[in-house]
Amino acid sequence: MKKYFSNPSFLTGTIIFASLLLFLLSGSIFNRCDYDAIDTLNKFAASSKEHIFGTDYLGRDVFARILMALRISYSVGFIVMISGLITGIILGALSGYFGGIPDSIITKIVNTQMSFPGILLSLMLIAVFGNGTFITITALYIMTIPKFTRIARGGFIKYKNSLFVTAAKSRGAGPLRLLFVHILPNIVPDLTVTATLNFSLSILSESGLSYLGLGIQPPLSSFGRMLNEGQRFILQSPSNVLIPAVFLILSVLSLNLIGDGISSVNQK
Amino acid sequence: MNYFIRKIIDFLITIFLVTLLTFFTFNILPGNPATAVLGPDADEAQIKILEKEFNLDKPLYARYLSWLFNAAHGDLGTSYRFHQKVNSVIADSIGVTLSLSIFTILLTVIISIPLGIIMAVYNKNPAIKALELTDQIWISTPSFCTALLLIFIFTLKLKLFPSMGFVKWSSDPGRCIKCLFLPSLSLALGSSAILARYLKTDFLEQKNKNYVKTARSKGLSSFYVSTHHILRNSIISVVTTLGLILTEILGGSIIIENVFALPGIGKLIAISISSRDFPLIQGLVLYLALFTTSCNFLIDIIYSLIDPRIKRRHV
Repeated sequence: MKKYFSNPSFLTGTIIFASLLLFLLSGSIFNRCDYDAIDTLNKFAASSKEHIFGTDYLGRDVFARILMALRISYSVGFIVMISGLITGIILGALSGYFGGIPDSIITKIVNTQMSFPGILLSLMLIAVFGNGTFITITALYIMTIPKFTRIARGGFIKYKNSLFVTAAKSRGAGPLRLLFVHILPNIVPDLTVTATLNFSLSILSESGLSYLGLGIQPPLSSFGRMLNEGQRFILQSPSNVLIPAVFLILSVLSLNLIGDGISSVNQK
Repeated sequence: MNYFIRKIIDFLITIFLVTLLTFFTFNILPGNPATAVLGPDADEAQIKILEKEFNLDKPLYARYLSWLFNAAHGDLGTSYRFHQKVNSVIADSIGVTLSLSIFTILLTVIISIPLGIIMAVYNKNPAIKALELTDQIWISTPSFCTALLLIFIFTLKLKLFPSMGFVKWSSDPGRCIKCLFLPSLSLALGSSAILARYLKTDFLEQKNKNYVKTARSKGLSSFYVSTHHILRNSIISVVTTLGLILTEILGGSIIIENVFALPGIGKLIAISISSRDFPLIQGLVLYLALFTTSCNFLIDIIYSLIDPRIKRRHV
């Protein structure tokens, strides 16, 4: 763990990530405003004791909305990451370790999914199944499966014929034990990098979908939605765009720096 | 098997799977599209007629085959919202997206290649080191955030470029470039940070190779060696990365077009989803996916032509 913290990218990323989490926690404790309380008499209020970040075009407290958006971003990113990771490991094990027909089917499907640029696949699913938090998470989850599967598959192929696996096999270890007790720990470093980068990518995609009005639906707040609403009133109140933009960039940046740091330490 | 034949077979299988996925996603929905079009109080006879028109009385695989047959002939059905053929609706807006993508790629190349070389050549200079630290920030900033910041600076403060709308190239080239500048810059900043980084890493690797030492010891200037010897070898990594970036630009333009109200494919996607115009979404998804697949295929081919070693590696 020490070698990770001596890497500047990892250290900076962790510090930003920890401060954001701390901000979220302490903010949620001390925050008294409702994120959805409309107060039209108090539109575009400047920063004050009551509203630290001011208010938006409906007079809603921006601070409370940022807290909610941060919470949603992190939960969406985290759920998508964990479920994508598990699915990727299972599919990767199936195709990488066993090979044959399951391998060619899974590889073909993964390649097909890769040919939908950006958030197009998510958009297609949202078009068919309607929008909402659950559909957003599902759509992003399906979008992340290919990346995890590729990494896991590569790892399982790399190690399946190595000496320690053959040795374990000759002692009578079954395929499940070989896969998850012997091989999996070796590909954890690679998977961690993919997982962190995916976490940040899901936050990005979620905000993109919400910006289009197709992701998280009101009354819940989300960075994308706040940016969209802020853009309409950018003349009256630039801070309504700048504040969510800064928080969104910081959350993505911190995770990318962490992923970057882990991968450069692993390569050494 | 021959490398090219294998690539072509892979390409065809992927295209087949893309059409399969696109068709079935839109057909597993419960409910009848005919009632969706006509509304809840349509009478039996009308529904029957429309069902016949949509081929809903036939089994799923037959519908898929006839859809595939029509799609191959360029007929993707009629848009519910625009009451026009899907193809002609898409043809009207594809020009905007294409010019945006081309402009973005040009900007990316113009920014990133000099930047990458400078970062590699002066990699000990503290000012360049500081610049390198910011590149993670560019990579992490979503393109629509960059777009909003650019609108704030260039439109509101400096009043240089418009923040929305589009003028056709044929009617006024100058204004067209002005309209496209901010959208493409916001897409290009992120992608050139990625490209410059790849170029820098590759450049530094090449710099220590023997052929560079030979060229330098012949008395060639450092600048000449950089541009004529190293860059030619690094260009391979640029082409591959550019291929990855191309699909990213296409995906990013879906959102960016909505930020700047450009009447392109991305805007069309947002409109068609919010008005539940299924034939149009289906057509758009199909076209974009086929375009990406073809691009990836072409890049594989170009890649193996630039560097013949790749063909052998895969056999």
